[in-house]
Amino acid sequence: MTALVPRRARRLASLAEALLTPHGMDRYLELVDPMLVRREIRGLVTDVRRQTPDTVTLTIRPSRAWRGHIAGQYVRVTVEIDGVRRTRCYSPAGSEHDESLELTIKADPQGLVSRHLNRTVTIGSVLGLSTPDGEFTLPSPRPRRILLLSGGSGITPVLSMLRTLADEKHEGDLAFLHYSNGAEDALYRAELADLARRLPGLRVVHAFTHAKTGGDLHGFFSKEHLAETAPWYPDAETFLCGPKPLMDSVREVFEADGLGAHLHTEEFTPPALTFDTENAEGQVRFARSGREFANSGKPLLEQAEEAGLSPEHGCRMGICFSCTQIKTSGCVRNAKTGETSSEENEEIQLCISVPVGDVEINA
Amino acid sequence: MTGLQDKLTPAQVEEFGREMDEVRQRIVADLGQADVDYIHNVIKTQRALEVAGRGLLFAGFFPPAWVAGVTALSVAKILDNMEIGHNVMHGQYDWTRDPALSSQKFEWDTVAPSENWRHSHNYIHHTYTNILDKDRDIGYGVLRMDPAQKWNPYYLGNPVYATLLALFFQWGVMLHDLEVDRVVKGERTWAENKPVLRKIVRKAGRQVGKDYVLFPLLTGPLAPLTFLGNATANLTRNLWAFSIIFCGHFPADVESFTEEETENESRGQWYLRQILGSANITGGKLFHIMTGNLSHQIEHHLFPDIPARRYPEIAGEVRAICEKYGLPYNTGPLHKQLFSVAKKIVKLALPWNGEPRTPATVESDKTLRAA
Ligand code: FES
Repeated sequence: MTALVPRRARRLASLAEALLTPHGMDRYLELVDPMLVRREIRGLVTDVRRQTPDTVTLTIRPSRAWRGHIAGQYVRVTVEIDGVRRTRCYSPAGSEHDESLELTIKADPQGLVSRHLNRTVTIGSVLGLSTPDGEFTLPSPRPRRILLLSGGSGITPVLSMLRTLADEKHEGDLAFLHYSNGAEDALYRAELADLARRLPGLRVVHAFTHAKTGGDLHGFFSKEHLAETAPWYPDAETFLCGPKPLMDSVREVFEADGLGAHLHTEEFTPPALTFDTENAEGQVRFARSGREFANSGKPLLEQAEEAGLSPEHGCRMGICFSCTQIKTSGCVRNAKTGETSSEENEEIQLCISVPVGDVEINA
Repeated sequence: MTGLQDKLTPAQVEEFGREMDEVRQRIVADLGQADVDYIHNVIKTQRALEVAGRGLLFAGFFPPAWVAGVTALSVAKILDNMEIGHNVMHGQYDWTRDPALSSQKFEWDTVAPSENWRHSHNYIHHTYTNILDKDRDIGYGVLRMDPAQKWNPYYLGNPVYATLLALFFQWGVMLHDLEVDRVVKGERTWAENKPVLRKIVRKAGRQVGKDYVLFPLLTGPLAPLTFLGNATANLTRNLWAFSIIFCGHFPADVESFTEEETENESRGQWYLRQILGSANITGGKLFHIMTGNLSHQIEHHLFPDIPARRYPEIAGEVRAICEKYGLPYNTGPLHKQLFSVAKKIVKLALPWNGEPRTPATVESDKTLRAA
């Protein structure tokens, strides 16, 4: 009998879909309550809290289609601003064993979405969500020794890992080294202290880059900080997320020690992309929409937008793949890696692909 | 170019094109929340009417409920096809990046699959508006709608074909994409039609399934009444859509063009052709909404990707620009435009070639040069 219920429910659902063709059930359900949708994922904000003046921490109850996340992954969050849907990637900060979703969003002074979220989200707001994505995750079985390293709002994916490990009662050596400007910017201080009490193998270290006192360590990242926090780090797997300067200096130390393979990173700050807008040549053609314009040397996403098109996109920095389209002909340079490719019918990310001469996109 | 377009000097055409571009830019810069709220409201109304209509048909044994149900459903289908479907699929709301309002993803409540229609309508018709042998909307490959189409005895049936097309308009639009006339002439092969056909069968199957099988069955003993109700709603929508669409391009005085005339068109000339090849219908606010603002066919043809709710707001300006350049602005009440179309359909059944094509009157060269 219990097995029959879902089957019957499924049959009812497909009957409803057939009756509500061509729009489908969700387009009717959402008019009653946006959280009722079945195919898309939405999230209802159930709690809003401010840990620091320029961040907001949201607790979110995802709708039915949500299947949870893996610690370290990110989700695409969509909001409507002045009638336009905007999407950005954020890493959930909660344990992967939690049913609710926790996001901490720092307001970037130039960031449209992050500022909007900081200013306008209240309990009861509904956000658009995607299925989680990303390769920055803990291996299983879990390594015995783990070092988690983060800076600023890069704390979220590694905190998610830490909370997951805590839920799993991880028994090996665990260290968490977090960089912030000073006490007023240190996110999740109380939670981290609480975790350190609960998990005997865990050591939490707060490093303040701008304050001279109040932290466990002071100043920018150095090999000494590393040795101080986790003397066993050469035997550990290290997970790192934070601003670019921090990432660079950690990478340098690990490379020098030949430990590059044990360092796992997630980039959330856009890499400094370099474009040559002076010497750009060729024509860019978007075949499906019939738009053609002269190559300005900027990434294709920006050029398309300047030409009045609005291709789908998310992060605008080459990590989420929302902007992937088929390039039918021509050559593009990947602004992140500098590699060029001129294969026909290959998938490219519009936000980081710069045309080299004539290019045609099937969009 | 010949005809009216010769009356404007190249410099004037260019200036005229620039003025049109300015109208467009001003609206585009102003798009925002109000436009999204508007379309969301229309969608809400449409869905509510549909649910109400379907619901009322469950009480279809009670004649007032049946009539109310059919009315609600007819209005829902008209809104879905015209103010929502037609406009969304033109990309008018693509800038919102809302997948539910995306021109590439939207599907409408009619048997014609949106993907085929986007090709025949958005691309072919809107690019080659009123160019004979290129714009397949002239007579839909079935009717003789322009004196320049060569007469043959088949066209004696013009009024009959038009009546059938009006009654079964959704099926006509669906078959339109198969370009059967071109297959008959050997310009297109059946193999080329396969993918189009596959989509048609799928889409039509679903539409027929819900309107003529599932909903009637669900109402049990009332099945015949529900069937009839759904058929009536589809018919009402067909007649309405046909009327509005035919009034958009076929009243007297609307011009058509030849391929040679329109070779190497400039942007200004393209705008000019859209104006000369389209006609408006006058009416109140509700009327405009029910036509999907295609009562502003002229504005729609100038700016097919601007949200249609903006057309009434720019109509005055477009008209003033037309007056300034001595261009016609074809408009009139529904009955007048419909009558004009009907007359044409009947006249062109005969080997009548019309008066030699006189370009619409331009006030005088003097006024123009002064403009
Ligand atoms: S927008 Fe995220 S990869 Fe391009």
